[in-house]
Amino acid sequence: MAKSNAIHRKRMSKDLLAVNIVAYVLVGLFALICVVPFYLILVASFTPESSLIRNGYPLVPKDFSVQSYLLCLKNPVSILKAYGTTIGVTFTGTALSVFIATMTGYVLSRKDFPWRNKFSFFFFFTTLFNGGLVPWYMLCVRYLHFKNSYIGILLPLMFSVWNMIIAKSFMNGIPSAISESAKIDGANDITIFIRLILPLSKPLIATLCLFSALAYWNDWYNCMLYITNDNMFTLQYYLQRMLGSAEAMRIVAEKSGIALPSVPLESMKMAMTIIATGPIVVLYPFVQRYFVKGLTIGAVKG
Amino acid sequence: MKKGTGQNKYRVPILKTAKKHWMLLAMLSPAILYVIIFSYIPMTGIVLAFKNYQYSGGIYKSPWIGLDNFKALLVAGKLGQVTRNTLLYNIAFLLLGVVFEMGSAILLNEMLGKWFKKVAQSFMFLPYFISWVVAGAIMYNIFNYEKGVFNSLLNLFGAESFDLYNTPKAWIIVLIFLKIWKQTGYGSVVYLAAITGLDQEMFEASSIDGASAWQKIRYITIPSLMPTMMILVLLGIGNIFRGDFGLFYQTVKSSALLQPVTDVIDTYVFRLLITNSDIGVSAAAGLYQSILCFVTISVCNKLVKKSNPDYALY
Repeated sequence: MAKSNAIHRKRMSKDLLAVNIVAYVLVGLFALICVVPFYLILVASFTPESSLIRNGYPLVPKDFSVQSYLLCLKNPVSILKAYGTTIGVTFTGTALSVFIATMTGYVLSRKDFPWRNKFSFFFFFTTLFNGGLVPWYMLCVRYLHFKNSYIGILLPLMFSVWNMIIAKSFMNGIPSAISESAKIDGANDITIFIRLILPLSKPLIATLCLFSALAYWNDWYNCMLYITNDNMFTLQYYLQRMLGSAEAMRIVAEKSGIALPSVPLESMKMAMTIIATGPIVVLYPFVQRYFVKGLTIGAVKG
Repeated sequence: MKKGTGQNKYRVPILKTAKKHWMLLAMLSPAILYVIIFSYIPMTGIVLAFKNYQYSGGIYKSPWIGLDNFKALLVAGKLGQVTRNTLLYNIAFLLLGVVFEMGSAILLNEMLGKWFKKVAQSFMFLPYFISWVVAGAIMYNIFNYEKGVFNSLLNLFGAESFDLYNTPKAWIIVLIFLKIWKQTGYGSVVYLAAITGLDQEMFEASSIDGASAWQKIRYITIPSLMPTMMILVLLGIGNIFRGDFGLFYQTVKSSALLQPVTDVIDTYVFRLLITNSDIGVSAAAGLYQSILCFVTISVCNKLVKKSNPDYALY
């Protein structure tokens, strides 16, 4: 009996070992592929321009220089302005959109609200059918005057049906007795939501904050559609313009036979990429522990 | 209203319900207002597809021209190509997405080393954090003809340089790879969340019955992930005629040579609207896309509902 048990355990650990070997190799490989491009950009941003032009973008760091970062910051007004715009829009937008998503999700999760399914579908339908880019663009430009207005980069990302569904699924898991008993004690719905439900929804709030912050921080699309004033560019659109215009400068210089201006274009592009990405990546460790808990995707119905 | 309870022999009047739940309705109002303005009102704007848009007339007062915009769209001859590209890319994204996301979630779940698991998961999440603009910068770093890392590597092994921007076919692989690279970290967390929610007793019981680790994956984990997979696949099918604009716009830029393999409906509509200012025709293309999407998801949801109501999206 004891012997058969030992054999049993040995076989178990053997196939568990096999699964783990496969997992470590495959996941490790994929994780490496995910991180290497960031390493390459980082290395390139610290490489002097002369070395980049001679040898191309490096695989391993050889020379070290902060020239490109200094040059990015030499004309800091526009970069700082873009930073300011992005940070301001990200904070305002995230706060408002998380509040709206959780509040809507809470109402739709209330079992005593007879219209919850009807309203759920009212929201969900907009993801099944929409008017397309053109009517939306015309509405925003002609009637809502989004051109060169911060509203144009703030409003389009403010409400997401997906965030609402995530909020609703999470709040379905909060016992309805909490709302019911508070109601009997005379609390109104808004008080229940803010004082009781929100404090119980920390994983959800962390997850939604991350999604919204990412959407706002990484937005270049709305800025490209609505903003033509240099002083109002978001960071990502600024980077897009820089990648494009530096490229354009290079082509002009090559085609016309004029020597490249002594501006370190190539390393600056990489430095600017790092500058535009850094802060949002730093955010991840703070929300990581909430992530798996906060992200349960349920069906629309129910 | 709940069916089958005695109270519902008569209908509760709408006004009475609204009065009883006025505060809940007030809490819904920001979101209701938002979707009315940004989703439902633009839906009425699809009339633009049948109009000759004039600035003075705006959306609703420009003259009707029947199907002329759709005729112009057909004459332009690009519609078949962009529809095919959008569909094929999205099918590839969807199928490979499921394999990579579910696969990495299962493997991450089996890992015994906590530290390695955490680091690997963080690394896999990095691409999800960047914008397509930054992904474009990464593409430039790697595939630039003269300076790119890829060609440096090729040269190191004595191979000839490879010019991606002159090789349309290669973009199929690069774009699919890029999309999977960017979304797997996020998708795997969705599946991982579902695995964490599973009843651990199932696994313990099967261990006692002598199931191997592989058998547990094959017969417990994967079948339990089916509902999550079905939701994600149905959501994907709902958007199967919508291209990921950022992916195609920021990496391909506006290269005419690459268009036959990289142009999707969204980039086409965008070009018609912004570059050509062809408002009527681009509205027609947009409406064509919306109807395709809507019909596809309605049919698929109905089919799924018929075979297994639990898996249906709505």
